[in-house]
Amino acid sequence: MTDTLEQVIGRAQHRSSWSRVANLQVFWVFIAAVLACVALSFMTDGFATQRNLFNVARNFAFVAIIAIGMTTVIASGGIDLSVGSIVVLTAMVISVLMEGGYSFWLSAIAALGVALVVGAINGTLIAYAGMPAFVITLGMLSAARSAAMVLSNNKMIYQFGPDHDLLLWIGGGSTFGLPHPLFALIALTVVMTVVYRWTRWGQYVFAIGSNEEAATLTGIAVKRIKVTIYMFSAFTAGLAGILMAGWLGSVTTNLGTAMELTVIAAAVIGGANLNGGEGTAIGAVVGALLIEVIRNSLILLGISTFWQGMFIGTFIVVAVSFDRIRHRQN
Amino acid sequence: MSRLRLSGISRSFGAIQALDGVSLELAPGEVMGLMGDNGAGKSTLVKIIAGNYRPSKGEIRIDDKPVEFHRPIDAQRAGIEIVHQNLALCDHLTAASNVFLGREPMKRFGPIRVIDYDTMRSTSAGLFARLKSETRPRDVVRRMSGGQRQAVAIARTLLSEARIVLLDEPTAAISVRQVAEVLDLIRNLRDHGISVILISHRMPDVFAVADTIAVLRRGNLVAAKRAADSSPEEVTGLITGAIEYA
Repeated sequence: MTDTLEQVIGRAQHRSSWSRVANLQVFWVFIAAVLACVALSFMTDGFATQRNLFNVARNFAFVAIIAIGMTTVIASGGIDLSVGSIVVLTAMVISVLMEGGYSFWLSAIAALGVALVVGAINGTLIAYAGMPAFVITLGMLSAARSAAMVLSNNKMIYQFGPDHDLLLWIGGGSTFGLPHPLFALIALTVVMTVVYRWTRWGQYVFAIGSNEEAATLTGIAVKRIKVTIYMFSAFTAGLAGILMAGWLGSVTTNLGTAMELTVIAAAVIGGANLNGGEGTAIGAVVGALLIEVIRNSLILLGISTFWQGMFIGTFIVVAVSFDRIRHRQN
Repeated sequence: MSRLRLSGISRSFGAIQALDGVSLELAPGEVMGLMGDNGAGKSTLVKIIAGNYRPSKGEIRIDDKPVEFHRPIDAQRAGIEIVHQNLALCDHLTAASNVFLGREPMKRFGPIRVIDYDTMRSTSAGLFARLKSETRPRDVVRRMSGGQRQAVAIARTLLSEARIVLLDEPTAAISVRQVAEVLDLIRNLRDHGISVILISHRMPDVFAVADTIAVLRRGNLVAAKRAADSSPEEVTGLITGAIEYA
């Protein structure tokens, strides 16, 4: 009671860094993932092998890359259901071009360009025409996959022209024992963690998701930023699409089917708030990691993969209800 | 000298005359309570002062110079700030981030420019101290009391060196203790020479802080007088029409 006004104002909200960390959903999800890994190392012979860990690291990277884009969209109060279809569209664009003899780099740039255009269409319809994100991206989910089928005539592509080996190396190879998609993921995570916190764009993403009207009243270019958010989400899907083409060594039109649901699950488990205003890049990564660990453990433990959905579904509900309980305490 | 002078402001929407020849004067550091029933034209008048609407007729002068607002940003540049009823705050951001939203200071780190959180925190701590409000810059707005949220919204207006602050129902839907906090915030603005227009339904709050009271009824200004010369009973009569004019 004897504190001066200045002392009260100067006091930080959290007394210790521990209570700060313990308050984060991503922290507990991370603990859950670590515990699952430790348990699996003892329960199975197959988990803690270099080969299995390599596979886990590579498999979750694709979902995690897109989950970072999805987290951005969700933090801004939107949703992007079209990412799975953007994956197949970009994979198809790069394969068709490379099969036609174009170099990897030119084809990759063209594929990412297509992804950005798709994202810009999503964003423009949502921001400027004021249509609900759910409806627009649901429409794009259908349209983009259809475009991929038209482009390839629904054929499988497995010959990638002169840069064939380069594409396979970029998507499926490894350096220093780590799969290449993991490098892309780490770079993206670091960059986006900085962007969320230290740039105006990052601040405005969360401001829009928190209170769009307030953001508009303060003079933030809400519409323009929304377009860039959906472009970024599409970009991450495009990046994953290119890497997946290289990893699989062949591209068919059912690539990335229903992937948007796994991606949204990863983002939500990692702490992205579907009401907007909350989410972290590292949360998206940890959420994706947990889903992959669950999937991997079921296989190793010899449990039928039909149970996978049950476990992931339970985890989504547990993660979100945990978040609710935590908010009620505050 | 008057800070704000409205002369013969009229505004119609199609056949509806929302405001009919309203003339008002606000001195520097004066608190005016603007009262009236729903649909009396309060929000239309506020939106005209804030640059959301243009008057069909009439003139606005600030510091005796005629001004014309085409967009809200023009009014802001002239030193007019509104604190909206819903406060227009982002719940998930900190108090400091809300104070600076849309005008974050940046600092350079070699080739990249990043948000300068240190400046944001120290400046908003200074503003909260000026407002004598126990609001912590690092706190997330979601966990704040109604009074603290008002302090954040008002600190925003101080940051832009506002000369006229319009407060739209700042004491609606908050507790009695917080009302006292908000009234103190208003007195604070006044003491810094800022003119305040307080739009409120709550008679005791208006009489507690207002120097003058203006009453609108059906688009007409039916009273503009010193609060000391009026009474809640008279204002109630003016709002309902039981008293024609004062």
